[in-house]
Amino acid sequence: MSHPSQSALEHGAAHHGGHDGEHADHGSLRSYLTGFVLAAILTIIPFWLVMGHVIHDTQVTVLVVLGLAAVQIVVHMIYFLHLDTRSENGWNMLAFIFTIVLVVIVLGASVWVMYNENANMMPMSPQYQNHQQGS
Amino acid sequence: MNTIAVNTAHSEPRDFLCLEETHPHNGTLLGFWLYLMSDCFIFAALFACNAVLGTSYAGGPSAHDLFDLPGLALNTALLLVSSVTFGFAMLEMARQRKRAMLGWLAVSGLLAACFVGLEIHEFMTMIAAGAGPGRSAFLSSFFTLVGTHGLHVTVGVIWLVVLMVQLGKHGFTEANRRRLMCLSMFWHFLDLVWVGVFSYVYLVGVLR
Repeated sequence: MSHPSQSALEHGAAHHGGHDGEHADHGSLRSYLTGFVLAAILTIIPFWLVMGHVIHDTQVTVLVVLGLAAVQIVVHMIYFLHLDTRSENGWNMLAFIFTIVLVVIVLGASVWVMYNENANMMPMSPQYQNHQQGS
Repeated sequence: MNTIAVNTAHSEPRDFLCLEETHPHNGTLLGFWLYLMSDCFIFAALFACNAVLGTSYAGGPSAHDLFDLPGLALNTALLLVSSVTFGFAMLEMARQRKRAMLGWLAVSGLLAACFVGLEIHEFMTMIAAGAGPGRSAFLSSFFTLVGTHGLHVTVGVIWLVVLMVQLGKHGFTEANRRRLMCLSMFWHFLDLVWVGVFSYVYLVGVLR
Protein backbone atom coordinates (compact mmCIF):
# COMPACT_ATOMS: atom_id res chain seq x y z
CA MET A 1 0.00 0.00 0.00
CA SER A 2 1.43 3.26 -1.04
CA HIS A 3 -0.60 5.98 0.53
CA PRO A 4 1.27 7.75 3.24
CA SER A 5 -1.13 8.47 6.03
CA GLN A 6 -1.75 5.63 8.42
CA SER A 7 -4.24 6.68 10.95
CA ALA A 8 -3.72 3.23 12.45
CA LEU A 9 -0.56 4.70 13.94
CA GLU A 10 -2.16 7.61 15.60
CA HIS A 11 -5.83 7.12 15.65
CA GLY A 12 -8.12 9.76 16.90
CA ALA A 13 -10.68 12.25 15.80
CA ALA A 14 -8.03 14.73 14.76
CA HIS A 15 -6.75 12.43 12.02
CA HIS A 16 -9.93 12.23 10.08
CA GLY A 17 -9.10 15.42 8.28
CA GLY A 18 -6.98 14.84 5.17
CA HIS A 19 -8.33 11.55 3.94
CA ASP A 20 -11.83 10.93 5.05
CA GLY A 21 -13.03 7.40 5.19
CA GLU A 22 -9.96 5.84 6.74
CA HIS A 23 -10.98 2.81 8.66
CA ALA A 24 -8.69 2.45 11.59
CA ASP A 25 -11.08 2.76 14.47
CA HIS A 26 -10.07 0.22 17.07
CA GLY A 27 -12.72 1.36 19.49
CA SER A 28 -11.87 1.94 23.09
CA LEU A 29 -11.78 -0.09 26.27
CA ARG A 30 -15.08 1.49 27.16
CA SER A 31 -16.76 0.46 23.90
CA TYR A 32 -15.56 -3.15 24.19
CA LEU A 33 -16.72 -3.41 27.79
CA THR A 34 -20.09 -1.82 26.97
CA GLY A 35 -20.48 -4.26 24.09
CA PHE A 36 -19.51 -7.18 26.31
CA VAL A 37 -22.01 -6.30 29.06
CA LEU A 38 -24.83 -5.73 26.56
CA ALA A 39 -24.04 -8.95 24.67
CA ALA A 40 -23.85 -10.93 27.93
CA ILE A 41 -27.24 -9.62 29.05
CA LEU A 42 -28.75 -10.31 25.62
CA THR A 43 -27.36 -13.86 25.78
CA ILE A 44 -28.42 -14.66 29.34
CA ILE A 45 -32.05 -13.61 28.79
CA PRO A 46 -32.83 -16.06 25.94
CA PHE A 47 -31.05 -18.91 27.75
CA TRP A 48 -33.06 -18.14 30.86
CA LEU A 49 -36.31 -18.00 28.87
CA VAL A 50 -35.72 -21.37 27.20
CA MET A 51 -34.11 -23.28 30.08
CA GLY A 52 -36.45 -21.96 32.76
CA HIS A 53 -39.64 -22.33 30.65
CA VAL A 54 -40.55 -18.81 31.71
CA ILE A 55 -43.17 -18.13 29.04
CA HIS A 56 -45.75 -20.85 28.50
CA ASP A 57 -46.56 -19.86 24.93
CA THR A 58 -43.80 -21.36 22.77
CA GLN A 59 -44.56 -19.05 19.87
CA VAL A 60 -43.97 -15.97 22.01
CA THR A 61 -40.72 -17.42 23.38
CA VAL A 62 -39.46 -18.06 19.83
CA LEU A 63 -40.26 -14.50 18.78
CA VAL A 64 -38.59 -13.02 21.87
CA VAL A 65 -35.45 -15.17 21.40
CA LEU A 66 -35.16 -14.15 17.74
CA GLY A 67 -35.80 -10.49 18.58
CA LEU A 68 -33.06 -10.52 21.23
CA ALA A 69 -30.69 -12.19 18.73
CA ALA A 70 -31.35 -9.39 16.23
CA VAL A 71 -30.64 -6.77 18.90
CA GLN A 72 -27.45 -8.58 19.89
CA ILE A 73 -26.27 -8.66 16.28
CA VAL A 74 -26.70 -4.89 16.13
CA VAL A 75 -24.74 -4.56 19.41
CA HIS A 76 -21.89 -6.65 17.94
CA MET A 77 -21.92 -4.56 14.77
CA ILE A 78 -21.63 -1.28 16.67
CA TYR A 79 -19.33 -2.15 19.58
CA PHE A 80 -17.11 -4.92 18.15
CA LEU A 81 -17.05 -4.36 14.39
CA HIS A 82 -17.31 -0.55 14.75
CA LEU A 83 -19.67 -0.28 11.83
CA ASP A 84 -20.76 3.28 11.21
CA THR A 85 -21.64 5.43 8.22
CA ARG A 86 -18.16 7.03 8.17
CA SER A 87 -15.92 4.00 7.74
CA GLU A 88 -14.56 3.60 4.18
CA ASN A 89 -16.62 6.58 3.04
CA GLY A 90 -19.78 4.71 3.86
CA TRP A 91 -19.00 1.72 1.63
CA ASN A 92 -18.89 -0.65 4.57
CA MET A 93 -22.37 0.42 5.60
CA LEU A 94 -23.67 0.27 2.03
CA ALA A 95 -22.30 -3.26 1.49
CA PHE A 96 -23.79 -4.27 4.83
CA ILE A 97 -27.25 -2.91 3.99
CA PHE A 98 -27.13 -4.62 0.60
CA THR A 99 -26.19 -7.90 2.29
CA ILE A 100 -28.99 -7.58 4.83
CA VAL A 101 -31.54 -7.05 2.04
CA LEU A 102 -30.31 -10.13 0.15
CA VAL A 103 -30.08 -12.25 3.29
CA VAL A 104 -33.66 -11.35 4.20
CA ILE A 105 -34.77 -12.33 0.69
CA VAL A 106 -32.82 -15.62 0.79
CA LEU A 107 -34.07 -16.58 4.25
CA GLY A 108 -37.62 -15.25 3.98
CA ALA A 109 -38.32 -16.54 0.49
CA SER A 110 -36.78 -19.98 1.10
CA VAL A 111 -38.83 -20.50 4.22
CA TRP A 112 -41.98 -19.17 2.56
CA VAL A 113 -41.62 -21.34 -0.55
CA MET A 114 -40.67 -24.48 1.34
CA TYR A 115 -43.41 -24.05 3.90
CA ASN A 116 -46.03 -23.83 1.15
CA GLU A 117 -44.54 -26.74 -0.76
CA ASN A 118 -44.70 -28.85 2.35
CA ALA A 119 -48.22 -27.72 3.26
CA ASN A 120 -49.56 -28.37 -0.25
CA MET A 121 -47.80 -31.67 -0.80
CA MET A 122 -50.08 -34.53 -1.74
CA PRO A 123 -50.62 -36.80 1.25
CA MET A 124 -48.91 -40.15 0.79
CA SER A 125 -51.14 -43.20 0.96
CA PRO A 126 -50.02 -46.13 3.16
CA GLN A 127 -50.12 -48.37 0.08
CA TYR A 128 -47.63 -46.18 -1.77
CA GLN A 129 -45.43 -45.98 1.31
CA ASN A 130 -45.28 -49.80 1.49
CA HIS A 131 -44.41 -49.92 -2.16
CA GLN A 132 -41.56 -47.47 -1.60
CA GLN A 133 -40.13 -49.43 1.31
CA GLY A 134 -40.37 -52.68 -0.67
CA SER A 135 -38.39 -51.43 -3.63
CA MET B 1 0.18 19.27 -17.84
CA ASN B 2 -2.16 22.08 -18.73
CA THR B 3 -5.17 22.71 -16.67
CA ILE B 4 -8.14 24.65 -17.86
CA ALA B 5 -8.30 27.80 -15.90
CA VAL B 6 -11.32 29.98 -15.86
CA ASN B 7 -11.19 33.46 -14.54
CA THR B 8 -14.49 34.53 -13.18
CA ALA B 9 -15.27 36.86 -10.39
CA HIS B 10 -12.61 35.08 -8.33
CA SER B 11 -9.13 36.32 -8.65
CA GLU B 12 -7.38 32.91 -8.62
CA PRO B 13 -7.68 30.42 -11.46
CA ARG B 14 -9.56 27.26 -10.60
CA ASP B 15 -8.38 23.77 -11.49
CA PHE B 16 -10.81 21.47 -13.18
CA LEU B 17 -8.44 18.57 -13.46
CA CYS B 18 -7.64 16.10 -10.72
CA LEU B 19 -3.88 15.93 -10.56
CA GLU B 20 -3.80 13.22 -7.93
CA GLU B 21 -5.02 9.79 -8.87
CA THR B 22 -8.03 8.68 -6.90
CA HIS B 23 -7.49 5.48 -5.01
CA PRO B 24 -9.32 3.77 -2.19
CA HIS B 25 -7.65 4.14 1.17
CA ASN B 26 -7.18 0.94 3.12
CA GLY B 27 -8.62 -0.92 0.16
CA THR B 28 -7.71 -4.26 1.72
CA LEU B 29 -9.97 -3.67 4.67
CA LEU B 30 -12.91 -2.78 2.44
CA GLY B 31 -12.19 -5.84 0.31
CA PHE B 32 -12.07 -8.03 3.39
CA TRP B 33 -15.34 -6.56 4.57
CA LEU B 34 -16.90 -7.48 1.20
CA TYR B 35 -15.57 -11.02 1.66
CA LEU B 36 -17.26 -11.18 5.06
CA MET B 37 -20.51 -9.99 3.51
CA SER B 38 -20.27 -12.75 0.92
CA ASP B 39 -19.60 -15.19 3.75
CA CYS B 40 -22.93 -14.01 5.17
CA PHE B 41 -24.62 -15.60 2.15
CA ILE B 42 -23.07 -18.99 2.82
CA PHE B 43 -24.43 -18.84 6.33
CA ALA B 44 -27.78 -17.44 5.14
CA ALA B 45 -28.20 -20.42 2.79
CA LEU B 46 -27.29 -22.85 5.57
CA PHE B 47 -29.64 -21.12 8.01
CA ALA B 48 -32.42 -21.34 5.41
CA CYS B 49 -31.74 -25.10 5.07
CA ASN B 50 -31.94 -25.47 8.80
CA ALA B 51 -35.17 -23.47 8.94
CA VAL B 52 -36.75 -25.72 6.31
CA LEU B 53 -35.37 -29.08 7.48
CA GLY B 54 -35.14 -28.35 11.21
CA THR B 55 -38.10 -30.57 12.11
CA SER B 56 -37.50 -33.40 9.63
CA TYR B 57 -36.34 -35.88 12.24
CA ALA B 58 -37.09 -39.00 10.11
CA GLY B 59 -38.15 -40.80 13.29
CA GLY B 60 -34.74 -40.09 14.82
CA PRO B 61 -33.75 -37.95 17.81
CA SER B 62 -35.11 -34.40 17.92
CA ALA B 63 -33.31 -31.21 18.85
CA HIS B 64 -34.89 -31.46 22.28
CA ASP B 65 -33.38 -34.91 22.85
CA LEU B 66 -29.91 -33.99 21.64
CA PHE B 67 -28.94 -30.47 22.65
CA ASP B 68 -27.15 -29.84 25.90
CA LEU B 69 -28.01 -26.25 26.80
CA PRO B 70 -25.53 -25.74 29.72
CA GLY B 71 -22.73 -26.89 27.40
CA LEU B 72 -24.01 -24.49 24.77
CA ALA B 73 -23.99 -21.64 27.29
CA LEU B 74 -20.33 -22.40 28.08
CA ASN B 75 -19.45 -22.43 24.38
CA THR B 76 -21.24 -19.14 23.80
CA ALA B 77 -19.44 -17.54 26.75
CA LEU B 78 -16.05 -18.75 25.45
CA LEU B 79 -16.62 -17.19 22.05
CA LEU B 80 -17.97 -13.91 23.42
CA VAL B 81 -15.07 -13.47 25.86
CA SER B 82 -12.61 -14.34 23.11
CA SER B 83 -14.14 -11.62 20.94
CA VAL B 84 -13.65 -9.06 23.72
CA THR B 85 -10.06 -10.15 24.46
CA PHE B 86 -9.31 -9.80 20.75
CA GLY B 87 -10.63 -6.25 21.03
CA PHE B 88 -8.21 -5.66 23.94
CA ALA B 89 -5.40 -6.96 21.73
CA MET B 90 -6.31 -4.41 19.05
CA LEU B 91 -6.23 -1.66 21.69
CA GLU B 92 -2.67 -2.73 22.56
CA MET B 93 -1.79 -2.45 18.87
CA ALA B 94 -2.93 1.16 18.91
CA ARG B 95 -0.61 1.70 21.91
CA GLN B 96 2.27 -0.11 20.15
CA ARG B 97 2.70 -2.62 22.97
CA LYS B 98 3.80 -5.85 21.36
CA ARG B 99 4.07 -8.14 24.38
CA ALA B 100 0.68 -7.13 25.74
CA MET B 101 -0.86 -7.63 22.34
CA LEU B 102 0.68 -11.08 21.94
CA GLY B 103 -0.67 -11.94 25.39
CA TRP B 104 -4.25 -10.95 24.56
CA LEU B 105 -4.01 -12.70 21.18
CA ALA B 106 -2.88 -15.89 22.94
CA VAL B 107 -5.83 -15.65 25.35
CA SER B 108 -8.26 -15.16 22.43
CA GLY B 109 -6.73 -18.08 20.56
CA LEU B 110 -6.92 -20.40 23.57
CA LEU B 111 -10.57 -19.54 24.22
CA ALA B 112 -11.45 -20.16 20.57
CA ALA B 113 -9.48 -23.43 20.61
CA CYS B 114 -11.50 -24.52 23.68
CA PHE B 115 -14.66 -23.63 21.76
CA VAL B 116 -13.63 -25.81 18.84
CA GLY B 117 -12.61 -28.62 21.21
CA LEU B 118 -15.98 -28.60 22.97
CA GLU B 119 -17.78 -28.54 19.65
CA ILE B 120 -15.81 -31.53 18.35
CA HIS B 121 -16.61 -33.31 21.62
CA GLU B 122 -20.32 -32.53 21.13
CA PHE B 123 -20.22 -33.84 17.56
CA MET B 124 -18.43 -37.03 18.59
CA THR B 125 -20.93 -37.65 21.39
CA MET B 126 -23.83 -37.20 18.99
CA ILE B 127 -22.31 -39.45 16.33
CA ALA B 128 -21.53 -42.11 18.94
CA ALA B 129 -25.19 -42.00 20.03
CA GLY B 130 -26.29 -42.73 16.47
CA ALA B 131 -27.23 -39.13 15.70
CA GLY B 132 -24.70 -38.50 12.94
CA PRO B 133 -25.21 -36.27 9.92
CA GLY B 134 -26.66 -39.19 7.95
CA ARG B 135 -29.45 -39.92 10.43
CA SER B 136 -32.01 -37.30 9.31
CA ALA B 137 -32.39 -34.16 7.26
CA PHE B 138 -32.45 -32.18 10.50
CA LEU B 139 -29.09 -33.60 11.55
CA SER B 140 -27.59 -33.09 8.07
CA SER B 141 -28.47 -29.40 8.15
CA PHE B 142 -27.33 -29.09 11.77
CA PHE B 143 -23.91 -30.63 11.14
CA THR B 144 -23.41 -28.60 7.96
CA LEU B 145 -24.27 -25.25 9.54
CA VAL B 146 -22.54 -25.70 12.89
CA GLY B 147 -19.65 -27.54 11.22
CA THR B 148 -19.11 -24.69 8.75
CA HIS B 149 -18.99 -22.21 11.59
CA GLY B 150 -16.61 -24.45 13.53
CA LEU B 151 -14.39 -24.73 10.47
CA HIS B 152 -14.28 -20.95 10.20
CA VAL B 153 -13.23 -20.67 13.84
CA THR B 154 -10.55 -23.35 13.32
CA VAL B 155 -9.14 -21.46 10.33
CA GLY B 156 -9.27 -18.28 12.42
CA VAL B 157 -7.16 -19.93 15.14
CA ILE B 158 -4.59 -21.11 12.57
CA TRP B 159 -4.49 -17.62 11.06
CA LEU B 160 -4.05 -16.17 14.55
CA VAL B 161 -1.06 -18.41 15.30
CA VAL B 162 0.56 -17.45 11.98
CA LEU B 163 0.08 -13.75 12.70
CA MET B 164 1.42 -14.12 16.24
CA VAL B 165 4.62 -15.60 14.81
CA GLN B 166 4.82 -12.79 12.22
CA LEU B 167 4.19 -10.14 14.86
CA GLY B 168 6.81 -11.68 17.13
CA LYS B 169 9.40 -11.70 14.37
CA HIS B 170 8.73 -8.44 12.54
CA GLY B 171 6.82 -6.27 14.98
CA PHE B 172 4.24 -3.70 14.02
CA THR B 173 4.96 -3.36 10.32
CA GLU B 174 2.30 -1.91 8.09
CA ALA B 175 1.54 -5.33 6.60
CA ASN B 176 1.17 -6.89 10.04
CA ARG B 177 -1.21 -4.17 11.16
CA ARG B 178 -3.34 -4.66 8.10
CA ARG B 179 -3.44 -8.44 8.57
CA LEU B 180 -4.32 -8.11 12.21
CA MET B 181 -7.14 -5.70 11.41
CA CYS B 182 -8.54 -8.19 8.89
CA LEU B 183 -8.32 -11.03 11.40
CA SER B 184 -10.00 -8.84 14.00
CA MET B 185 -12.97 -8.31 11.66
CA PHE B 186 -13.07 -12.04 10.90
CA TRP B 187 -13.02 -12.88 14.60
CA HIS B 188 -15.84 -10.53 15.56
CA PHE B 189 -17.84 -11.63 12.52
CA LEU B 190 -17.70 -15.27 13.62
CA ASP B 191 -18.95 -14.32 17.06
CA LEU B 192 -21.81 -12.48 15.34
CA VAL B 193 -22.73 -15.56 13.29
CA TRP B 194 -22.65 -17.63 16.46
CA VAL B 195 -25.37 -15.39 17.93
CA GLY B 196 -27.60 -16.60 15.09
CA VAL B 197 -26.52 -20.22 15.58
CA PHE B 198 -27.15 -20.48 19.30
CA SER B 199 -30.38 -18.48 19.13
CA TYR B 200 -31.96 -20.11 16.13
CA VAL B 201 -30.48 -23.58 15.73
CA TYR B 202 -30.20 -24.47 19.39
CA LEU B 203 -32.65 -22.41 21.47
CA VAL B 204 -35.46 -22.19 18.91
CA GLY B 205 -34.62 -25.76 17.81
CA VAL B 206 -35.29 -27.04 21.30
CA LEU B 207 -38.63 -25.25 21.37
CA ARG B 208 -40.04 -26.36 18.05
